[in-house]
Amino acid sequence: MDILLKPWPWYVSGPLIATVLLVLTYFGKNFGMSSNLKTFCTIAGAGKYSDFFRFDWKAQRWNLTIVIGAILGGFISTAFLNDGSPVQLSPKTISDLAALNFSEAGETLLPKEIYSWESVLTLKGISILVVGGFLVGFGTRYAGGCTSGHAISGLSNLQLPSLIAVIGFFIGGLVMTHFILPLLF
Amino acid sequence: MKFLKFLFVGIFFGIVLVKSEAVSWYRIYEMFKFQSFHMYGIIGSAVVIGVVGIFLIKKFELKSIEGKPIAVPPKEKGFVSYILGGTIFGLGWALAGACPGPMYILLGAGVFTISIVILAAMLGTFVYGLLKNRLPH
Repeated sequence: MDILLKPWPWYVSGPLIATVLLVLTYFGKNFGMSSNLKTFCTIAGAGKYSDFFRFDWKAQRWNLTIVIGAILGGFISTAFLNDGSPVQLSPKTISDLAALNFSEAGETLLPKEIYSWESVLTLKGISILVVGGFLVGFGTRYAGGCTSGHAISGLSNLQLPSLIAVIGFFIGGLVMTHFILPLLF
Repeated sequence: MKFLKFLFVGIFFGIVLVKSEAVSWYRIYEMFKFQSFHMYGIIGSAVVIGVVGIFLIKKFELKSIEGKPIAVPPKEKGFVSYILGGTIFGLGWALAGACPGPMYILLGAGVFTISIVILAAMLGTFVYGLLKNRLPH
């Protein structure tokens, strides 16, 4: 039981994520989480404004069910499969973050400097979450998929467009991490 | 209940992503700093097994659970939308530290401020839908 409660190593987690991909493929579906954002827009009435959102969202109910499951999974793992271990970060990451004024790096899943209500209820704090979320939502649809759709499903199917998208993920991620985050914190 | 199996897949996915720490902002930061093999190991091993699995599914023309042939559709050809969209996504991923799966998982993990990221991501998707025909693809 102990081994379930500790953080799982990559060589356990990676194959389990591949299992999600292969099981969904066996269920006749394509693994891709970002499609749900489009479905939410359609449910909220976005079809009035763009053809892009005019589709039968009920065909996506299986994927919305995965969202509900993912929320439950987040709850179950945090509430019951948790021994309070910190995130197993490299010491260099912790010291780099300390230099950016992130204290207690890894003590919780997310930094309080970004995700605590105290931080969010400042102009800078809310801007970070809104801009970050917006870029994720816009970029993923422009690229036609996210980490699950391109990095996992697309690369597993040896798709060149997915490789190009993943290279894009890294260009953006490297620019943000190395050049923009140090300006923000 | 034909949706029940998807509920279990979602629960499993959520648990794996929390226990692997892939939902952690810190792990994304560390990955883009190349300071740990962890995230590369997760994505790399998932892709290696995925490649073999998808190859075998195609080679043996396996049937889905509903008895239909399994189609693994190719992505549309292109370059500009993938590289530009990917870069925009990457900027947001490294800033918010969450991509479109983890944002729901984190909500379940009790990080309620993530709902702002989810709403902003919906807004980003909506704006893409409005601008789609004017963007280079």
